[in-house]
Amino acid sequence: MSTSENKMWTARLRNAWQRNLPVDKLLPDDQPAYVASWIYVFGVATIAALGVIIASGIVLAFQGPAWYHTSDIGKFTNSMHFWSVQMFFAFMVIHLWGKFWMAAWRGNRVRTWMTGAVTFVVSIATAFTGYLIQTNFDSQWISFEAKDGFNSVGVGAWFTVTNLGQMLLLHVAFLPLILGVITFIHVLMVRRRGVVPPIDALPFDMEVRK
Amino acid sequence: MSTGRHTKEEFDAAPWHGKTRKYDIVKEGVIAVVVVSVLAVALSLLLGSPDDTPLTFKGWATSNSDNFYATAVSELAGTSGTATYGAPYNKAADGLNVGPLWLQKWAGASRPIDSVNDFVIAPLSTQVLSTDIASALATWKAATAKDQSTWATNYDSAIAKVEGKLSDVPAGNYGPVPALAQGLTDMAKAGGLDAALLSQGGFFQTDNTKQILFFGDGSYLDDAGTAANLQGGTWGMMNETGRYPGQAWLWLYSFWYQIPPFNNEESKPIGANADAYIMFLMGGLSLGLILIPLIPGIKTLPMRIPIHRGIWRQYYEENGIKRRKH
Ligand code: HEM
Repeated sequence: MSTSENKMWTARLRNAWQRNLPVDKLLPDDQPAYVASWIYVFGVATIAALGVIIASGIVLAFQGPAWYHTSDIGKFTNSMHFWSVQMFFAFMVIHLWGKFWMAAWRGNRVRTWMTGAVTFVVSIATAFTGYLIQTNFDSQWISFEAKDGFNSVGVGAWFTVTNLGQMLLLHVAFLPLILGVITFIHVLMVRRRGVVPPIDALPFDMEVRK
Repeated sequence: MSTGRHTKEEFDAAPWHGKTRKYDIVKEGVIAVVVVSVLAVALSLLLGSPDDTPLTFKGWATSNSDNFYATAVSELAGTSGTATYGAPYNKAADGLNVGPLWLQKWAGASRPIDSVNDFVIAPLSTQVLSTDIASALATWKAATAKDQSTWATNYDSAIAKVEGKLSDVPAGNYGPVPALAQGLTDMAKAGGLDAALLSQGGFFQTDNTKQILFFGDGSYLDDAGTAANLQGGTWGMMNETGRYPGQAWLWLYSFWYQIPPFNNEESKPIGANADAYIMFLMGGLSLGLILIPLIPGIKTLPMRIPIHRGIWRQYYEENGIKRRKH
């Protein structure tokens, strides 16, 4: 490789990519033998629930926020959105506790934990804005109650929970985008580092010791 | 073992060279999507989702017209929740503080609301009014601020004195205020106020702040919240209308509102500023969640409480690994 190629941004990016996340790390067909527990399913289940949330959300977005009050299909789509959110949180929280008790941040995986935890916080904000755009009694109530919390720390001057237009845009555009991007990075990090070995996994168990 | 921890971290970080097993992650993902979709369809068909119709000013003025009327007077007198709120709606109060941090006040009145004009005078002005109400409106508009305030305050206190029982209010120097309140009540009953508050004379509108705030100044919304078991003091933040699960993930946020000093508005400084303190507290705890891997005492908890023995039982048994002290 010539020095000029070494200096090229494109080449550097490609090389860094190949070093860190070659395709057989991204899509491996085997896993360490210790990956044998139900707890490992919950990360994937969370992605699946997020997928159903996004799909049903797109349908709702195409019809506008008032559709589901009057249409049977709308109501069903809204129910799909509602229940996949409930599942999403249930799976994510089980996943979170699982990773906590596995101390899954060991071995250079601190950032995997951190991106996960940020996703959790962003998910709560996203769900909250969703509750505000229901355009029903619940959203009237929640916006009236919740404004005080945000106002009390000055955030309400910009983040106006009583402003339906603002909440709609945040819920269907900005927050899901952030959520999607961080989740994507989170999963890439998992693939890059591989699944964390068990606590007390002993080096003598390795066939090759580095 | 001074180097022990070091090599352990390196070992945990190194690519796995031990035994492996076949694991089809793409197939796992597809199955997960199918299972979750089927579950979501089943729950949706069986249970549906909550959707209680929104309350309206028409409903309020019809079902509890005295309360609506008295609220309209309080908007004119500047004694309502909105009129006395402070930032971001006006400068009537300093708002909450945490120690020396007056963030609410500092953020400023960026979403100004003038309860007199925005809630009463402007909506009434959009209507074709009966002669007595039209002349009351003209009298109000021509009067000095001092007269306006005297009339409205007199009437507001008179209503408060008889605890809202309008028929018991004695005669007094109220100027056009009773007629204005009556005009607004009639307008609300006819269904004209909801839209007038939203549009404020414009065409496109997507901000419901004025409607929501006016609504909250009376007892109609609050009563409905109580009836639906949604009050914050009784874990309402996590509840949903009907028998549906709500935002259960807000349990910790909601928790603080149930215990002293947060649940006691009289207790200073924390109870009186509970909203702000709890915001800070939850902000700090969220940061703590993100930083768990770095927090001594917490990051070692999973080693000391051996739940991992269950998670990786098969591996530990196959390799004869006993629990170690950490
Ligand atoms: C949108 C939400 C999330 C999604 C879609 C997601 C997805 C995943 C997936 C698919 C995996 C690999 C499979 C597995 O071990 O389950 C994983 C691993 C991991 N997740 Fe998440 N996750 C989310 C949220 C979180 C949260 C809230 C945390 C913790 C605060 C977290 C921490 C971790 C950690 C530490 C790993 C690495 C585990 C290891 O190396 O064994 N994740 N995540």
